[in-house]
Amino acid sequence: MSTTVATHIHDAHAHHDDGSKTLLGFWIYLMSDCLIFSVLFATFGVLAANTAGGPSGKELFELPYVFGETMLLLISSFTFGGAMLAMNAGRKNQVVAWLLVTFVFGAGFIGMELYEFAKLIHEGAGPNRSAFLSAYFTLVGTHGLHVTCGLIWILIMTHMVARFGLDGVVKRRLSCLSLFWHFLDLVWICVFTFVYLRGVL
Amino acid sequence: MSKHLITSAMRALGAGAVVLLGGCSMEVLSPKGDIGEQERTLILIALGLMMLVAVPVIILTLVFAWRYRASNTKATYAPKWAHSTAIEVVVWAIPAIIVTILAVLAWRTSHSLDPYKPLESQAKPVHVEVVAMDWKWLFIYPDYGVATVNELAFPTDVPVNFSITSDSVMNSFFIPQLGSQIYAMTGMTTKLHLIAREPGTYAGLSANYSGAGFSDMHFKAIATSEQGFADWIKQAKAAPQSLTAEVYQALSKPSEKTPVTYYANVPATLFDDIVNKYMAAPHEEGAAMHEGMHMSADHTMSADGMHMAGMPMSTTEKAKASE
Amino acid sequence: MFGKLSLDAVPYHEPIIMGTLAIIVLGGIAVLAAITRYGKWGYLWKEWFTSVDHKRIGVMYIIMALVMLLRGFADAIMMRLQQALASNDAAGYLPPHHYDQIFTAHGVIMIFFMAMPFIIGLMNIIVPLQIGARDVAYPFLNSLSFWLSAVGVILIMLSMFVGDFAATGWLAYPPLSELGYSPTVGVDYYIWALQISGLGTTLTGINFIVTILRMRAPGMSLMQMPVFTWTALVANVLIVAAFPVLTATLALLTADRYLDMHFFTNELGGNAMMYINLIWVWGHPEVYILILPCFGAFSEIISTFSGKPLFGYKSMVYATVSIGVLSFMVWLHHFFTMGSGANVNAFFGIMTMIISVPTGVKLFNWLFTMYRGRIRFTAPVYWTIGFMVTFVIGGVTGVLMAVPAADFVLHNSLFLIAHFHNVIIGGVVFGCIAAMNFWFPKAFGFTLNEKLGKASFWCWLVGFYLAFMPVYVLGFKGMTRRMNHYANPEWHPYLVVAFIGAVVIMAGIALTVLQLAVSIKDRKKNLDLTGDPWGGRTLEWSTSSPPPFYNFAHVPKITSLEHYWDEKESGKAAQVGRYEDIHMPRNTGAGVIIAGFGFLLTFGLVWHIWWLAIIGLAGMIGTFIARSYDRDVDYYVSAKEVERIESAHFTQMKEVA
Repeated sequence: MSTTVATHIHDAHAHHDDGSKTLLGFWIYLMSDCLIFSVLFATFGVLAANTAGGPSGKELFELPYVFGETMLLLISSFTFGGAMLAMNAGRKNQVVAWLLVTFVFGAGFIGMELYEFAKLIHEGAGPNRSAFLSAYFTLVGTHGLHVTCGLIWILIMTHMVARFGLDGVVKRRLSCLSLFWHFLDLVWICVFTFVYLRGVL
Repeated sequence: MSKHLITSAMRALGAGAVVLLGGCSMEVLSPKGDIGEQERTLILIALGLMMLVAVPVIILTLVFAWRYRASNTKATYAPKWAHSTAIEVVVWAIPAIIVTILAVLAWRTSHSLDPYKPLESQAKPVHVEVVAMDWKWLFIYPDYGVATVNELAFPTDVPVNFSITSDSVMNSFFIPQLGSQIYAMTGMTTKLHLIAREPGTYAGLSANYSGAGFSDMHFKAIATSEQGFADWIKQAKAAPQSLTAEVYQALSKPSEKTPVTYYANVPATLFDDIVNKYMAAPHEEGAAMHEGMHMSADHTMSADGMHMAGMPMSTTEKAKASE
Repeated sequence: MFGKLSLDAVPYHEPIIMGTLAIIVLGGIAVLAAITRYGKWGYLWKEWFTSVDHKRIGVMYIIMALVMLLRGFADAIMMRLQQALASNDAAGYLPPHHYDQIFTAHGVIMIFFMAMPFIIGLMNIIVPLQIGARDVAYPFLNSLSFWLSAVGVILIMLSMFVGDFAATGWLAYPPLSELGYSPTVGVDYYIWALQISGLGTTLTGINFIVTILRMRAPGMSLMQMPVFTWTALVANVLIVAAFPVLTATLALLTADRYLDMHFFTNELGGNAMMYINLIWVWGHPEVYILILPCFGAFSEIISTFSGKPLFGYKSMVYATVSIGVLSFMVWLHHFFTMGSGANVNAFFGIMTMIISVPTGVKLFNWLFTMYRGRIRFTAPVYWTIGFMVTFVIGGVTGVLMAVPAADFVLHNSLFLIAHFHNVIIGGVVFGCIAAMNFWFPKAFGFTLNEKLGKASFWCWLVGFYLAFMPVYVLGFKGMTRRMNHYANPEWHPYLVVAFIGAVVIMAGIALTVLQLAVSIKDRKKNLDLTGDPWGGRTLEWSTSSPPPFYNFAHVPKITSLEHYWDEKESGKAAQVGRYEDIHMPRNTGAGVIIAGFGFLLTFGLVWHIWWLAIIGLAGMIGTFIARSYDRDVDYYVSAKEVERIESAHFTQMKEVA
């Protein structure tokens, strides 16, 4: 089997890696992820009242703190937008800078979440205390896990932009990451509304 | 040896055919009570309706396959024919009509045969509280203060109102010859209403797999006369054992092939206590505490539950601990 | 150090298991030795394990499915024997703990590791060929999907010899599957085998949706797609919409078992009914994921061998899509007896019946495809007609149980068992074997032995009726499912007949294996040199058998539904023209390696060997990242090379002509 190595990867022939296919696939993935969150939200809805004599959301949640968390994540979405604008303008260094800023805000969010979890567990309101708390920790924790994956992805993309520049592959992946990051923002707004706001009010 | 095997196989086949044709010993199709009877009629009507389509389709399949075999060159061959609006309309309409009729039937019977619906009768119903346990059935007669394990009795022609729960995993309470089954689940009460029209001893069982001892989790359901039922209650009342908390605790340990046992003196709230033990919403917390006051041995009971379920603490215990 | 794992985990005292282990170990050593002896490791690694060619991945899926069919059937016949023996409360030869694992494993294996790989394998081989594509949208993910499923298979096989498997029934209802009632690693094996293979399945779903939506040959509109591709598209949409629910549900059960949470426990506010709802929100679409592609395969077969286009193509497409949509609105019919109330029960019952309308339409359409045809009675046609007759019966019993009040006496009985085996054997198994007989020449370049194929069909058909008609009767006689032994002697004769039926099915399976062996031995006699052995109508028959790795030298421009057939009719055979460089993905070992780490992760999690799990997880993520840095993922096949391969094929075809 004699073959010639593709030296002209990104010419017109290479319909293989055209970004639209990847973006469509990524959209479909996001929809499936959305279903996972739907299950977790539904579960939380069913179990929210099952406190089993333990503390309820009203007693546990501190809205101002969570509002701070929310702002960090929202700002990180905004800064990611900056990275995308810079990408479209072809400014490599700006992309790296915006990505790193996004990372800092995202990491701040995760840090605050971890602190909140630790505090709850310390108060005896850990996930094993009641069905309500199991559902709470799992829903919020799953979102947190996604954000953590996003953070790792941001770091990798930062390195890739620095190493490969803004070529087709990198741009395509940045677009996917952008979708992912905004998606997590949306999920968080639902978490904030249905879990925290509804829990306190 | 092989001949013997063949003859026994033939006998088995023959027996199968006879029973299939006779149909008389098929429990579900020879019910002994109103609910079962209506369900049998429903099954036969529904099957009959569907056969109106199914049989012609099967016959047509075989006929078409035979008639249009490649070797039969006399049959018409229409190599391009692939559409006919008339046929399309018919093939959508036929199943749609059958399904419409079935849907009306399903809607009506879902309501008329709702297991939660009390039966209309002049007679005063008998109340039975049923608890599925690992792996036996406990029947509590709150009106008589007695309880039994793996044996159930009631008079014929009298509605029996079952309240069903579980003190372990999920089971399904089912007496095939009397009709409907319903799940038994912890922390909640399901309801079932049955009536027997003929005296007899009917097989009762769990229809939902519940672990290693499941296969032996069956019981006798005795439908008898008023007098027979009164005698049976008398017999239970004369039982030497009372169903105290300690006795219940011992009973709730997993066991298989548990023999029929009668208990005189059953605490009136036993069933509610078993249900409330697993309820965990805040407003039921009071009920759980109520249980704590009711049964002096509640603590040991909970501890036993913990042992069985491998759970850290039961509701009541945790509630106490948190105070 | 090794978590819960110790040497005691191996069930030395179980002669049946140890015997099986001995056979598998000896057989395994023989296979490995043979591969080494003939120096085939390099070939296997380069051409198969690291292959991203959809056809090869498909073949590997189907081989895996056939192997698991043997395992799942061994479980089945052991159960049939146990019930044939354990009358009058006799103990039989299987103690409950073993028997309960067997019926759980049987269900899990047949659905997840037999039917699913078979269906996904078929879609892999056929869909890109039918739409005129050269590969799938994400070839590397495709390879990864397969190897993740393989890890699931390895876990479930391993559970037999190291530890135990779940003894909970195939859907592992809590609270029985909670730690308190199932303290061994059985349920953990169950969870992780399904999670890792389920991940693979979800990726497959995404992959094929994009492939079908974005990679069709130019000119092929959606309403010009072959029916099998349509059913594959709907099945993959169902996968993407249903499997995340399974993933989440099992994750919640995992949280209960590993992190002491309380989603489904009896204590502290858990709600087991929620699990039962969620698992069936996945579970019901799942059966349509299996049956729809089989419907597609039957459609292709019946049309090809009747020598006619499929009757009512549009009806067929609408029926398929509506079945897909409706499949998400019926899940509650799996538990009418949970006390949901008359209105809810009636609603779900009626929705279920409505599904039988499009399904009935399909049957009529196959009927009218045969009408005024010239039916050639090949093995695939036998399977198809056997399916049509059998499936009608399964449909009738299914609709019967959709009537809630009837279900109150039939639920969980052997009637239910007979019903779903009726549709799954009659529909999915018959469909898979029909499809295998039909498309085998396309994948391998030679046809399967017809005589043995038909003999296998008759054994399966007769065996099925012998095995399951008595089981229907037993349902009416009040016997419930999953009984290890029983007191009622009246049930016994029926169970003996059912066992005999299972033996006849075993003969059918043996004949299929023999059919494969004989056909491979005689392959020189049955070569398919034209690429179109049956007078096919769809695009996959326009290329050689087996197709070149790039599938099509020229991507055809589609002008009609039966483009290839119309071209043949008008005498426009394969076009020869100037060849161009073809862009292809490069093989990669990343899929195997990630799956290997996935095995370490899941095995570590099953046995609570945390360091191993961490290595596994880090390895998976690390390999994935490393792969994302690999920039050399594709290459061009030169026009000269394409020309060489194509002219060899044309020479062959001329020789035949």
